[in-house]
Amino acid sequence: MFYRENGQFKTSYKADQQAFAIPQDRWAIVAIVVFAFIGVPLLVDEYMFRAILVPFLILTLAALGVNILVGYCGQITLGAGASMAVGAYAAYNFMVRIDGMPALAAILLGGLMAAAAGIVFGIPSLRVRGLYLAVATLASQFFWDWAFLRIKWFTNNSSSGSVSVADINLFGWTINSPTDKYLFCLGVLVVFSVMAKNLLRGNMGRQWMAIRDMDVAATVIGIRPMYAKLTAFAVSSFYLGVAGALWGFVNLGSWEPAAFSIDRSLQLLFMVIIGGLGAISGSFFGAAFIVILPIFLNQTLPLVGSLLGLDVSIALVSHVEFIIFGSLIVFFLIVEPHGIARLWATGREKLRLWPFPH
Amino acid sequence: MSGRKFGEVILDLKNISLSFGGVKALQDISFNVLEHEIRAIIGPNGAGKSSMLNVINGVYRPQQGDIILRGEHHANMDSYGAATAGLARTFQNIALFKGMSVLDNIMTGRNLKMKANMLQQAIWFGPAMREELEHRAKVEEIIDFLEIQHIRKTPVGRLPYGLQKRVDLARALAMEPQILLLDEPMAGMNVEEKQDMCRFILDVNDQFGTTIVLIEHDMGVVMDISDRVVVLDYGKKIGDGTPDEVRANPEVISAYLGASH
Repeated sequence: MFYRENGQFKTSYKADQQAFAIPQDRWAIVAIVVFAFIGVPLLVDEYMFRAILVPFLILTLAALGVNILVGYCGQITLGAGASMAVGAYAAYNFMVRIDGMPALAAILLGGLMAAAAGIVFGIPSLRVRGLYLAVATLASQFFWDWAFLRIKWFTNNSSSGSVSVADINLFGWTINSPTDKYLFCLGVLVVFSVMAKNLLRGNMGRQWMAIRDMDVAATVIGIRPMYAKLTAFAVSSFYLGVAGALWGFVNLGSWEPAAFSIDRSLQLLFMVIIGGLGAISGSFFGAAFIVILPIFLNQTLPLVGSLLGLDVSIALVSHVEFIIFGSLIVFFLIVEPHGIARLWATGREKLRLWPFPH
Repeated sequence: MSGRKFGEVILDLKNISLSFGGVKALQDISFNVLEHEIRAIIGPNGAGKSSMLNVINGVYRPQQGDIILRGEHHANMDSYGAATAGLARTFQNIALFKGMSVLDNIMTGRNLKMKANMLQQAIWFGPAMREELEHRAKVEEIIDFLEIQHIRKTPVGRLPYGLQKRVDLARALAMEPQILLLDEPMAGMNVEEKQDMCRFILDVNDQFGTTIVLIEHDMGVVMDISDRVVVLDYGKKIGDGTPDEVRANPEVISAYLGASH
């Protein structure tokens, strides 16, 4: 009823090519972003920022990177955690080895290093695909896990093997309170999401999707698979590298290689599968699902238990949490194998017609 | 068909041989294509027609022979080279990008002409947007030409077969090719769809002056629209000439109808 395009006529290709061609969508997005920047800091307490919102924002950025590669270019990866690690450790090394290095520059350079590493480890994708490629990218995960654990140079010879960085200073704004961290990550995420949207609706994104959907036809119309695949690896790793640097610098402060283990890679892959492959919104939905749901369950289960008059132990809560979380994943994948983003899109289609059935 | 002007030889295939292991798909085949003509390749199943097309646009590389395109040797060309040399093709079993809309599929056909770099595309405003709009206008002309305005935003996976074939042609046309290779453009279509497709092929040839090489099984269509026909059988060329000549060729008749021994 309110969400309808009747009477909205586009008179130029420019109007038709906008990122959000429907005005209602455009306003909704603007409202959400404004609310995230102004409303949320007024409403939320420190715990929410630290435990939920900052991890959510950074992992969304990482999921965006994975989605570019897996969802849009069709190249599966199990080395997402490794790309994050390269970003984090490269940014750390730029910080400690170059005096007066601005943190933001270090983070972006970390992203570029991750992109370079991503290109190298993306080379197998030119020959193999599917499960074989997954195994090949797994090699990058193990290699970088090993490198950051064993090669002391990367950790600046720190005795414990863990590295730490001081608070980021951004043009005189010291980012140390949870609110600052949230706003900084939000800013980065908004900029990177817009860039991803632009890339994906343009020539680059079409080339990636063409390679994903039908690579022979893509080569015949002049797309070079090598260029398309390696740029997808580079851009995806760049996003992951920046996310990794933020994870280390902003979320953790000090970290060990275990922060970017194979668990992280799998977590990111699950996020984009559950959220929706090949949809930017899927990265947001997936990250929200994976980050927020366990915490939500953790908080509410004891409450539910006390209502039912049961004595719920902490161990039981964590077990039940896993069970519910796992079954919800299965549920979502059965109901909508294309992820939450597709459910959302279907819902929107229905909303356009509501209250009429057709 | 008389009265139309053909140009020089645009594509010359000389002694092409292609084999896969022990299977000789093409044996010593030579023929040429004149500019602006409609050239058909026919033959029974397994005659090597699709292999021939794949050789022309660089999907397969022949073991022997030479491909001369506008006077230049192209025997070692790959598909990217073929695309840059002005060759476009459609596929027998439609090879559209299923996850993308009709518009995006056709826009992809213009990727070689789009020059904005990745950073410009990420920023969008400026060169990337200008370029995108320019090419959108061109693509809309093709959409109008092929009468698919109503489905431009539809994901191609949802379209019926006949329309998918048309989108496949649209994507090839978006490359503004000099030579258009059509692999069974009318396979699996009903009579109306075939008539539409014939009309489009003739219009493309007429209005854009595009040279067309097509493979087709429907003899009525082939004899009606093509200027010259090559007949293949078991990887060998058994006939070459105008439709009337080919029809009268005894070897062709025996390949199609079986010879009395």
